[in-house]
Amino acid sequence: MQSSMIAISDLSKRFGRLEVLKSIQVDFSAGKSYAMIGPNGSGKTTLIKCILGMVIADKGEIRVDGKSIANDWTYRNRIGYMPQIGRYPDQMKIGQIFDMIRDLRQDQAHLDEDLIKEFKLDRMKDKRMGTLSGGTRQKVSASLAFLFDPPILILDEPTAGLDPIAVETLKEKILSVKSKEKTFLISSHIMSDLDELSSHLVYLEEGKMLFNDTIDSLKEETGESKLGRAVASIMRRNLKEMEA
Amino acid sequence: MIRIAKYVLYDIVRNRFILLYTLLLLTVTLSMYSLDTDPGKSTLSLLNIILLVVPLVSIIFTTIHFFNSYEFIELLLSQPVNRKTIFFAEFLSIAFALSCAFLIGVALPMVLLNFNASTPYLIMAGLLLTFVFVALAFGASVSTRDKAKGIGVALLFWFYFTLIYDGFVLYVIYSFSDYPLEKVTLLLVSLNPIDLARIIILLKLDLSALMGYTGAFYKHFFGSSMGIAYSFSFLILWTVVPLMLAMRRFTRKDI
Repeated sequence: MQSSMIAISDLSKRFGRLEVLKSIQVDFSAGKSYAMIGPNGSGKTTLIKCILGMVIADKGEIRVDGKSIANDWTYRNRIGYMPQIGRYPDQMKIGQIFDMIRDLRQDQAHLDEDLIKEFKLDRMKDKRMGTLSGGTRQKVSASLAFLFDPPILILDEPTAGLDPIAVETLKEKILSVKSKEKTFLISSHIMSDLDELSSHLVYLEEGKMLFNDTIDSLKEETGESKLGRAVASIMRRNLKEMEA
Repeated sequence: MIRIAKYVLYDIVRNRFILLYTLLLLTVTLSMYSLDTDPGKSTLSLLNIILLVVPLVSIIFTTIHFFNSYEFIELLLSQPVNRKTIFFAEFLSIAFALSCAFLIGVALPMVLLNFNASTPYLIMAGLLLTFVFVALAFGASVSTRDKAKGIGVALLFWFYFTLIYDGFVLYVIYSFSDYPLEKVTLLLVSLNPIDLARIIILLKLDLSALMGYTGAFYKHFFGSSMGIAYSFSFLILWTVVPLMLAMRRFTRKDI
């Protein structure tokens, strides 16, 4: 068995009456790339936020690199996170955001500024975050996630809102970094992207983990050659099981 | 912590509200001293304004600032930063900024124009009141997700301590006027930071004669160094307890 980078056991979370995560049990192995899919509101973002310690789980444990994350914050040194909707202080400039985060993570020696250059963010250093379009914010988020060359990368719908050129740039970046033994966790609704980027699939529905295997074995099981079709057939099967 | 506080302070200074607040306090202080020839009376009028304005501005500014820096907090939380560090950096920067406004707007002109025995107490009381209401504002902010609700709760705190609580104390004193109430009122006063600050200063201004027998009792109690220590430690408690409760809540909050 491979070493698990992120180990989640029996994780549950409710927001008021709504049970968002129901006893999630999953291991993300080091050096693998995981696609996380599921309908809207299935708990993907909540699970990601639990891993980051932004949402505190009611029950269960998350271990990153073998250590429990409860009451710890240093493990976030090892994570690059790109949020679904990057929210930044409106009055700060792009350059100031990068400087501040760099200032906070001083101990990191190696900086990876490829994305900043490729997205041409270094030419917009003086633009305020409040004036940026949604796509440009996503570019800032992506550049921040990759900046410190972290061993774990968590991307929450990375390609949503980006223009086609930026999507390709980001995908190329993910693929080039992937070869460096990084652990990826990518949530998305765009199956063709995930087909290219990941080797494993995690399927969440209504806060439950319904499927966790390699993409190849999923394709084999369903007899489909495309991830989109394979997932659709799994979802249909689940629906039938629920109705039955 | 200092690193984060630096960014919070930068943000506070940028939006100029603190500057306006400083100017407002400065104008009020200077006009009070130029309106009346008796500096004692001026200090008394000033005291009444300070006891209303300082808590109000502190609690509202802090609440609005907290909700406006939600994105900033969210951004920091995805980075390797301790939640407690973020919380205390926010508290210290806001308390520092508001204290500076008070020191420049009120303390400085007072020291220059009319320095007497009561001045240090008034300054201390003003600073502690600032801290107390910043801490209370944090309590109001972390317990709700909604900005309007947060400001509502903060305003309610202010109304409670400036108006409602006094009404309640008066009611108690009036209804039980047949009993010796000195110790009870002392306790009741301790439960309201604004009253506590008011009494410290009134006694130092030598106006306790206006408060009759209770005033004499207070003078006996607060006049001693023990009484002063008692009231200042209560004001500190009024800062520390809400702050700790707010911090506990913040470290468990879902962002």
